[in-house]
Amino acid sequence: MSSRIRSYAAPLARARGLGSAKEGVEHWWLQRLTALALVVLTLWFVWVVVRLSGASHEAALIFVARPLNTVLLILTSVVSFWHAALGLQVVYEDYIGHEGARLAAIIVTKFAAVGLITATVIAVLRIAFGVV
Amino acid sequence: MAEFTLPKNSKIRTGTTHPAPPSPKKPKTFKIYRWSPDDGQTPRVDTYTIDLANCGPMILDALLHIKNDIDQTLTLRRSCREGICGSCAMNIDGMNTLACTKAIEEIDGDVKVNPLPHMPVVKDLVPDLTHTYAQLASIEPWMKTQSPPPSRERLQSPEERAKLDGLYECILCFCCSTSCPSYWWSGDRYLGPAVLLQAYRWIADSRDEAKGERLDNLEDPFRLYRCHTIMNCTTTCPKGLNPAKAIAEIKKLMVVRR
Repeated sequence: MSSRIRSYAAPLARARGLGSAKEGVEHWWLQRLTALALVVLTLWFVWVVVRLSGASHEAALIFVARPLNTVLLILTSVVSFWHAALGLQVVYEDYIGHEGARLAAIIVTKFAAVGLITATVIAVLRIAFGVV
Repeated sequence: MAEFTLPKNSKIRTGTTHPAPPSPKKPKTFKIYRWSPDDGQTPRVDTYTIDLANCGPMILDALLHIKNDIDQTLTLRRSCREGICGSCAMNIDGMNTLACTKAIEEIDGDVKVNPLPHMPVVKDLVPDLTHTYAQLASIEPWMKTQSPPPSRERLQSPEERAKLDGLYECILCFCCSTSCPSYWWSGDRYLGPAVLLQAYRWIADSRDEAKGERLDNLEDPFRLYRCHTIMNCTTTCPKGLNPAKAIAEIKKLMVVRR
């Protein structure tokens, strides 16, 4: 905040800045939609973890390979990692003031989310198609 | 950007103590933030013990009693002394409010008085609101129309007029914006609850013809979407308004118009 006192730009020029980005609603809406989906998916996933906690490796593979379970596991992966990436971006925008550092954090997080989604989806599909 | 510690020149030290007058009937102690741009000193907290029998019931009465009778250097803004001008907004006992409508007896123990949080200080209890006023100007808080002006008033139905209730009463004291952590961290770009409530006041006005343009100017990750429904704005509003709800309505319209 102190930097604005030292500038000779008119207050209105500083308040207007570079103008509106004309985006933000997509991010906000997607964060809500993924949150809504995660209410159901997370409850289901907790049930899966509890159910499979004592199961053998064979039984777990059979469970994952059932079509409905395959679909739900892939959805859980995609939705939760994407929701996390969207949420972390908001945290960075709040707390990282340096624009370069903020952008770098967002890029790393998005890459990590896509990597984790790809890895988990392929793992589930390999089980589903009996490659494992 | 988030700042979790005070800058070096803002560390607050203990200031002067002004003792109570002899044999006070109702002594009450006020601890007041003081800072002057002229003496090169860091801020301090001065302690004033006054006799409530000699002053009116509100915090502003006590502050003016101190200024008039004890220490004329105490600097504060005030005008209407009845909660309609918004000048005497300050942080009283940890909550942003108007000194003129806050009763002294509502506060147990010592009364701590500070300027509105996280704003540059001009002097003592006077914050620099230049940027916040400029943000208000940036949303163009006036009616915009393209249709030819009618030959009489622009009419509204009672239902249309009712949509402005809870919005038009805002006195622009900025208690809400300066209570908002998001505004503390990102106030350079985030418009803050007071300005967003004003923006919605014009979006909700049936006579205004620039709703889309207004929404375009608000659709921005920083201008609007720094609101994380922390709700400090609504908790602190001395007029009992709900800026958080106004912001939620703007977010709703952003989705509706897609």
